[in-house]
Amino acid sequence: MKRFGGNPAVDGATFAVEEGTITALIGPNGAGKTTCFHCISGFLRLDGGTIEFAGASIARLSPPAIVRRGLVRTFQIPQELSSMTVLENCMLGAGAQRGERPWEPLFRAKRVACEERAHEAHAREMLRLVTLDELAHERAGNLSGGQKKLLELARALIARPKLVLLDEPAAGVNPTLALQLVDHIRRLQRELSVTFLIIEHNMEVVTRLTDTVVVMSAGRVLTEGAPSAVMADPAVQDAYLGSQYR
Amino acid sequence: MDLFAIDLIVLVTFGGAVNWTVGFLTTVAIFGIVALGLNLQWGYTGVFNFGVVAFFMVGAYTSALLTLPHPDAVMVTPSGAEVTGVLDYAGGFGLPVPVGWLAGMGAAGALALIVGLPTLRLRHDFLAIATIGIAAILRSIANSIEGLVNRSSGLSGIPRFLDELASGEDYRWVLLGIALLMLIVVYLALQRTVDSPWGRVLRAIRENEDTAKAAGKNTVSFRMQSFVLGGMIMGLGGAIFAHRFGAIAPTSFSDLLGTFLIWAMLMVGGSGNNRGALLGALLVGFFWFGTPLIQEDLPDFLGNRVFMIRQLVIGLLIVVFVVARPQGILPERRRVSRFVSDPDSAGGRWASLRARFAGSGPRSSPEA
Ligand SMILES: Nc1ncnc2c1ncn2[C@@H]1O[C@H](COP(=O)(O)OP(=O)(O)OP(=O)(O)O)[C@@H](O)[C@H]1O
Ligand SMILES: [Mg+2]
Repeated sequence: MKRFGGNPAVDGATFAVEEGTITALIGPNGAGKTTCFHCISGFLRLDGGTIEFAGASIARLSPPAIVRRGLVRTFQIPQELSSMTVLENCMLGAGAQRGERPWEPLFRAKRVACEERAHEAHAREMLRLVTLDELAHERAGNLSGGQKKLLELARALIARPKLVLLDEPAAGVNPTLALQLVDHIRRLQRELSVTFLIIEHNMEVVTRLTDTVVVMSAGRVLTEGAPSAVMADPAVQDAYLGSQYR
Repeated sequence: MDLFAIDLIVLVTFGGAVNWTVGFLTTVAIFGIVALGLNLQWGYTGVFNFGVVAFFMVGAYTSALLTLPHPDAVMVTPSGAEVTGVLDYAGGFGLPVPVGWLAGMGAAGALALIVGLPTLRLRHDFLAIATIGIAAILRSIANSIEGLVNRSSGLSGIPRFLDELASGEDYRWVLLGIALLMLIVVYLALQRTVDSPWGRVLRAIRENEDTAKAAGKNTVSFRMQSFVLGGMIMGLGGAIFAHRFGAIAPTSFSDLLGTFLIWAMLMVGGSGNNRGALLGALLVGFFWFGTPLIQEDLPDFLGNRVFMIRQLVIGLLIVVFVVARPQGILPERRRVSRFVSDPDSAGGRWASLRARFAGSGPRSSPEA
C-alpha cells in the first residue's frame, strides 16, 4: 500500500509473479502500476503491506540492495545519464564491478582493464540487441525518446537479473523492433529462465508475450489470468473505457 | 595576518620577478591540489562543499601540531635568543614532515566522514548547509580553546620540509619543487582513479542519482568515498601550506581565500576536468595574486580599491561562468574510461596510439 498525501495510489494490490514466467501488469492511466514498480524496487517506502522476492521480504531494502538480489527495473520516463555516452550508460548497469572500488584502478589497473573489456563486450552485445550499437559513443541525451527507452532496457538486461520489471518498454519504439524485442524477451525467459513483469499498454505485445495478465484499476488488482480470458472480461473493459462507452 | 603579503614583492628587478613567479607558482600548486579535491567532490560527483577551507585548515593544523617540537622545548628565535613555552599548543611531537602530511590528510578525511555521515544520505542541500558552517566552527574552536593551537596568535616555527637541501633564498626553489611534485602525484593518482568504473559511478550519481541506484550502486557510499577522498586532498594542500610559510593562524583560513577562490578556479577552469581545475587555479590565481602588483600603476580611484575590486571580479567570474559557460574553459571530456577505447574522440585515438607504442600495458585498448 502506498499513499501520496492521504490519497492511496496502490491499495491492497496483491498479486504473485511465478518464477520463469512473463507477467503483464495492465490497467488504465493512473491505476498505480508505476507506483507498484517504485515500491517493489525500493524507490518508494511502503505505507503498509509486504513484498517478497525469492522467499525473502524486500520491503525495507534500498534500491541497490534489491538490484544486488537480482531484481532490476526500468523507468517509464527514461532516466538516461544525458552527458555520458550510450556505452557508459549501459556499462553502468553491469553488477559487482571490481573497478568500482577507488583503489582498484589505481593499484590493480591490469585486473580492472581485463574486467572492463569483458563489460564493454557485454554492453556492446546488449546495445546490438536493442539496435543502439552504432550509437555507442553518442551522448545519451541526444537519443530520441524511443532510443532512450531501448537504452533503459539494455541497462537493465546487462545486470543479468533474475526478475526484470519493465515499465512500458515498447512505448515509442517502432512496432517492428518492439516485436523483435518481444522475441528476445521470450528467449531470455526460456533459455535463462529470467522472470519478467511488464507494464504495457500495447495489447498486441501483451498477448504475444505474456503468460499471465494482472489488471489494476484505481490502485487495486481487478482481475488476473490468461491474456485472452482477461481481455474478454467485461469488468476490465469497464475499467479501461468507463461503463458509459459500452 | 595576510601570509600572501610575503609574495607581493613589487616587480622592480628581474630577481624580484623571478622570486615573485616562484612564490606564485608554489601558491598555485597548493591551490591546484585543493581545486583537484573540490573537483572530485563537485566536478565528478556533484557533492556540494562550501567549506573547503575547513578541510584545508584541519590538514594544516594537524600537520603543524605533529611536526612542531614540544611546546616546552627550547626554541631558538631568528634573533638567536633561546626561549621556551612561548607558544601554547597541544601535541608537538616533532615527527617528520611527511608523517604530518599523511596525518593531515587523515584528519581532513575524518572531518569529511563526520560531516558526511549524518548529511550525505539526506537531500543534497543538507550537506551544502552543513559545510557552510564547519569552517566557522573550526575557526572559533581554534580561537577560543586554550592550549590547543595557541588561539588567535597562531603557530609559528613549523618545520620546513627538506630544508637541508638549500638555505636562505634558495629554499623557495625547493618549496616550488615539493609543491609541484605533490601536485603531479595527486593529479596522476586522481586521473587513474577517476578515469575508471569508479569514476563512472560518480559521474552517474552527478547526472541522475536514481539511475545509479537502479543500476545497483550504493550511491550514499560512493558520495561518501568521493567526499572523504576530496577532503583528504584538501587536507594535503593545507598541510603543505602550513610548512611552506612556517606559521599559521585562524585568520590564514578565510572563506574568501580558502573556499570562494577555489570555487572560482574550478568554475573558470572547468569542473569535471582535472586539467581544467589546474588551468583555473593558474588563471584565477594569477588574477588574484597579480592584481596587487599593478596597483601602483592604476589610476587612484581604482588603485585604492584593488583589493575590493578583485573580490568583486571573482564573484562576477563565478556568476558569468555559471550562466554563460557552465562547463568552464576546458569542458569535461567524454570518455568511457581509460580502459575502453573511444574511436570517436581524439582522446581515444591518442590512447590507442599510445597503447600501441607502449606495448601491452593496462592502457592498451581492447582491440590492441
Ligand atoms: N509522487 C506522486 N505524488 C502524488 N501522487 C502521485 C505521485 N506519483 C503518482 N501519483 C498518483 O498515483 C496514481 C498512480 O500513478 P501511477 O504513475 O502509478 O499510474 P500508472 O498506472 O503508472 O499510469 P500510466 O499508465 O499513466 O503510467 C495517479 O493518480 C498519480 O496521480
Ligand atoms: Mg506508469
